[in-house]
Amino acid sequence: MKTPKQKFKKPKVIVMSGYGLNCEEETKFAFEHAGGIADIVHINDLIAKPQMMREYQILAFPGGFSYGDDTGSGKAYANKMKNHLSRELEEFLSRDTLMIGICNGFQILTSLGILPGALTYNKNGKYIDRWVDLKVQGRSPWLSGIKNISLPIAHGEGRYIIDQKKYKEMSKKKEIAFIYEKGEICKFQNLEKNPNGAMYDIAGVLGYNGRVLGMMPHPERAMFFHHSPLWQHKKINGNLEKEGAGILLFKNAINYFK
Amino acid sequence: MISRVYIIPQIKDSRERLFLNSWNSLHLSGKVNAVTIIDSYLIDGELSAKEIEKSAAILTNPILEKFSINEIANKVESFDYVVEIGYLPGVTDNVGNTAQETITDFLHLNKDSNLKVYSSKIFLISGRVKLEDIKKISLSLYNPLIERSFIANSKEIKKSNGLPLKVPEVVLEKRTPVSIVPLAVSNEELVRIGKEGIRDENGKRRGPLALDLVSMKVIQEYFYKLGRDPKDIELEALAQTWSEHCKHTIFAGPIDDIKDGLYKTYIKGATNLIRQQKGNQDFCVSVFSDDSGGIIFDDNFLITHKVETHNSPSALDPFGGAITGIVGVNRDTIGFGLGAKPVANMYGFCFGNPEDEKPLYRDPPSPKGSGQASNEKRQKMFLPKRIMEGVIKGVNVGGNCSGIPTVSGFVKYDDRFKGKPLVFVGTVGVIPRKINDKLSHEKQACVGDYIVMVGGRVGADGIHGATFSSVTMDSSSPATAVQIGDPITQKKLSDTIVKEARGMDLYNSITDNGAGGISCSVAEMARQCNGAEVELEKVPLKYPGLQPWQIWISESQERMTLSVPKKKWEVFQKLMESRGVEATVIGEFTNSGKCVVKYESKVIMNIDLEFLHEGLPKRPLESKLVENNYSLPKIKSGSRTKILEELLANKNIGGFSFISEQYDHEVQASSVLKPLSGRGRINTDAQVFRPIFSSKKGAILATGLYPSYGDISTYHMAACALDTAVRNVVASGGTMSHLAILDNTCWCSSYDKGRLSELKETIKACYDYGVGYGTPFISGKDSMFNDFKGYDEKGNPVAISIPPTLLISAIGVLPDIEKVVSPEFKNAGDVIYLLGETYDELGAGEYYKLLAQKEVHPALKGTPQEGNLNIGNNVPKVNLEKNLKTYLATEEAIRKELINSSISLGSGGLAIALAKASVGGMLGCQVSLKDIYQEAKPEIEPKPLSRGLGSISSDVALFSESQGRILITVAPKNVSKFEKIMKEIPHQKIGQVSKNNKFIITGIEDPTSHKLRGASKKVVETNVKKLYEAYHSFSNKMK
Repeated sequence: MKTPKQKFKKPKVIVMSGYGLNCEEETKFAFEHAGGIADIVHINDLIAKPQMMREYQILAFPGGFSYGDDTGSGKAYANKMKNHLSRELEEFLSRDTLMIGICNGFQILTSLGILPGALTYNKNGKYIDRWVDLKVQGRSPWLSGIKNISLPIAHGEGRYIIDQKKYKEMSKKKEIAFIYEKGEICKFQNLEKNPNGAMYDIAGVLGYNGRVLGMMPHPERAMFFHHSPLWQHKKINGNLEKEGAGILLFKNAINYFK
Repeated sequence: MISRVYIIPQIKDSRERLFLNSWNSLHLSGKVNAVTIIDSYLIDGELSAKEIEKSAAILTNPILEKFSINEIANKVESFDYVVEIGYLPGVTDNVGNTAQETITDFLHLNKDSNLKVYSSKIFLISGRVKLEDIKKISLSLYNPLIERSFIANSKEIKKSNGLPLKVPEVVLEKRTPVSIVPLAVSNEELVRIGKEGIRDENGKRRGPLALDLVSMKVIQEYFYKLGRDPKDIELEALAQTWSEHCKHTIFAGPIDDIKDGLYKTYIKGATNLIRQQKGNQDFCVSVFSDDSGGIIFDDNFLITHKVETHNSPSALDPFGGAITGIVGVNRDTIGFGLGAKPVANMYGFCFGNPEDEKPLYRDPPSPKGSGQASNEKRQKMFLPKRIMEGVIKGVNVGGNCSGIPTVSGFVKYDDRFKGKPLVFVGTVGVIPRKINDKLSHEKQACVGDYIVMVGGRVGADGIHGATFSSVTMDSSSPATAVQIGDPITQKKLSDTIVKEARGMDLYNSITDNGAGGISCSVAEMARQCNGAEVELEKVPLKYPGLQPWQIWISESQERMTLSVPKKKWEVFQKLMESRGVEATVIGEFTNSGKCVVKYESKVIMNIDLEFLHEGLPKRPLESKLVENNYSLPKIKSGSRTKILEELLANKNIGGFSFISEQYDHEVQASSVLKPLSGRGRINTDAQVFRPIFSSKKGAILATGLYPSYGDISTYHMAACALDTAVRNVVASGGTMSHLAILDNTCWCSSYDKGRLSELKETIKACYDYGVGYGTPFISGKDSMFNDFKGYDEKGNPVAISIPPTLLISAIGVLPDIEKVVSPEFKNAGDVIYLLGETYDELGAGEYYKLLAQKEVHPALKGTPQEGNLNIGNNVPKVNLEKNLKTYLATEEAIRKELINSSISLGSGGLAIALAKASVGGMLGCQVSLKDIYQEAKPEIEPKPLSRGLGSISSDVALFSESQGRILITVAPKNVSKFEKIMKEIPHQKIGQVSKNNKFIITGIEDPTSHKLRGASKKVVETNVKKLYEAYHSFSNKMK
């Protein structure tokens, strides 16, 4: 995090797409709303012109269902990246760049080996869409100034698996981005804190000095005031926020380059 | 060479619990203790051992799994039995295809390499169970129409140390590609051809054409005039195009004195009149003419909606039927105009009783066999629970994988949905009003354009889908009618069309390949330019050996047809290829006036478009009014606490979060009013989303249906469905002035005169109330033969027809999402108002149905044979004028932000609305019924047969399902402003939201005098926690 940074007025973001990724449009919107320039790039276009990665500061793997989770979530898309873009990914990470994988994007990042651990079937064996409360534990440009945040999840394979040794090492290095906790939403709707049985309640992890973030919850689905399950309640009581908290992550990423 | 790769889990598999629970509820002789689920890939290709190993490694996540090649027994803990479930030859294997693509890419194999990968799931089962039990388990895991199962015990597996290395390859016998069907035959033979299909060279009938003698005669005459007999493909094509499924003859044909038919007179008639009345406020843009209906969203965008049914396929293959339903209706969005982007899905399920375990069969037991053994060979129908689980999962996979939020939905249960479930699926889309300076809803295939098929390949799946859904389901229903959906193939296609090709102006027209496959889509587009010529051998196939007629009518999924100008083909083709989407030129649009199909240069079909589309003879229909009369259930006096809790726990009233939660309703980041709301997560009756981020406008969806009301009167059933859909929208913040509706009619025995009369009444009500509310119909669909004819376990004939059902789906645009109001109570101290009037309209409502159920003979309970129930005759009726005033006043109060919560009254009446609002807010309330008055209501034709016009009793106040009512809470500071708006509207202040969690309703001491005040007593006394548990009880059981 100490490396001298090049400044960018409008940092450029690649939002990956293709083969069933499906959150690219709202992810692009979030980055642009936060002040960046985001381009949705199909994986095959990137394979055709890998050198284009050099023009970008942020790489995002959005949520979705790449290859329909066939052969395991994130596996097939990661294999395609690995087969064609290994060198470029390495080069990208060696620069002072940021990377994020959200939901299926997180599954892709772990399958690529860019982030440690793996994600498997939720503890109840079913897909689940609900909101969770997160406590920030890690240190990362993505997370500056955020202590707690509530975001939605929507996944069938979000149970994070990591061995104890690696977990301790990551904790020490502040590479556990968030853990699930019982916060505002769980209290409001009387929900259990950890929806998928993730080990150590892990909802997201960091790598490369905090520059790479992988997370199951969707910050881009919490960027407007009307996203939170609490918005009606807050509106009646006169404390409705203007924006959703999820946008903070995107603002942090953009501001990192300013 | 064939190798088998086993992917073995290394950590506890969380799916194990679900399987064990499900298996141990199958009445096995012992208990299953454990299961290990292994992914298996049969790899067929010229790969070295090293390459196989490398391939296995990339299919393995080393943290979660390990792999083994060809060996299994020595790689896992001990087990007792093995069950393998894979696909039948030729059935789309998505996982296998992905593995194949991954390996091909990884090993840099040539794309034309003969590598094939077949996936399957292997269950290693341990427990004290017998082979018989394992067979039961296996049956619960697969559908024999599309899947295969392999069973072995551990000894057998240990001997070979692995499962058989045999791949499910399609081997089709060689047949004459095209045959001629002589039509100079007896009427009996014509009837047989129409009913059972063309006779193959081996004497077997190919499956229903659903053409009756009148149609067959017209076809006979047409070909007689041409001086030749038809080829098989020509007859098959006519059958598809003329099917009830495609032509909607019952809706279109003259009935009684309605010369123009129901559809044109009442549905289209209503829309035309409303559009005229609205003048420059008319928001309809493209109605009834395209795959979806389109209305104005704002100055820049249109919003589209379409609701389909997929009932027959879902009965045979619940998962496959539902997934192809939802993914199929997505294509009605992509096929709107030049291609709209799907932005929301909706579903509606009507199931039989999930506790009903009495099996049904499509065929009788064979006379020789006896007992269990002979039943095993029979065509068993799926039980309601299995249908329910499969259908729910189908929409889960279809919707979630496609990245389309499933925002809206409902589930209804009635024993009569046991033979055929109703599976409604709908998709909303948005499209810019102008694209490349052209109106986006207009399209025109031009002479000389290439006919281009994009998406999935064609196989023998989904043959005779259109014709099969046009008849009663029985033993001759074809297995091939089932299709398998692949949402990812479609997602790739959809993204490339809507997000790229559309803006690049690469095609002139587009339409969905749905029922009837390319035979319908090409013939339909050919009308835009008056002709088409197809070279059928160019159609890409899943496997060789299909006959031309099969290629032409196959309903293999994920395909669309486009008309691409020749000069744009190269760019189009390159774009598609770079997105992993297959696109093929299969012919050319012409202006010959004919639909011509060639196969290997020979003309095998040559039919006038005019005859193909308009040749279907019109058949005047006659109807005959039926009158129903029911007794009243026995009503006991006393507290209604228990009744309320029972009703709230009723699966037709309680929550269904177990479904809402497993459907992604937040993807696309548009969610405003979610399917679940408030602290207590109640299901909302209307859902709001924001499809265009740059606008603060919202789209709102709601539905209304009351299948049981139709037992008394289908006219009022329809009126109430429409009123409810409209009311649900208004109660949440929608506006009457920007609201459109869709009709889906699901009928039974539709040539029966009584049923036709009921249909006529329904559609007439659609007209009356649609026009009355100024809500135009923009799209619709009917499904006319939801009947089952078969046998019970002992071989007794069983016929089950669904209750006639009309679903009204509403779609509205609201000006400001911030003003949306959710249904749950918000704050203690808020004042509770009831808007609208309450009458004694308990007939066919949930309260009477509950009481009537209790009177049914225990042996018949929960089966479709329980007979006529004592549901009364006073079905709710809609008072248009009064309701309209109430709705407009509600709109005003919401616009002025005076309302804290708002919930529409529907099934179960006031008591249920109060309970739901309480559970939603986890707040109690104190309510009095004494001020709920009743005014004499003008009679609406047809006259009800009996009517309790006495004074209102607490039961009526609590449970009557009178329409037009909304329950609203208002903060004390807004009370006077609110009351001012409501001055002219029937409204009563009935109580207050309370601080504690007590839920108390006081009734009327003397039921004969509602004017008596003061001396009231508690008719309901409970608390929110109990209500919460009751409300979620059914859903929790289903988790």
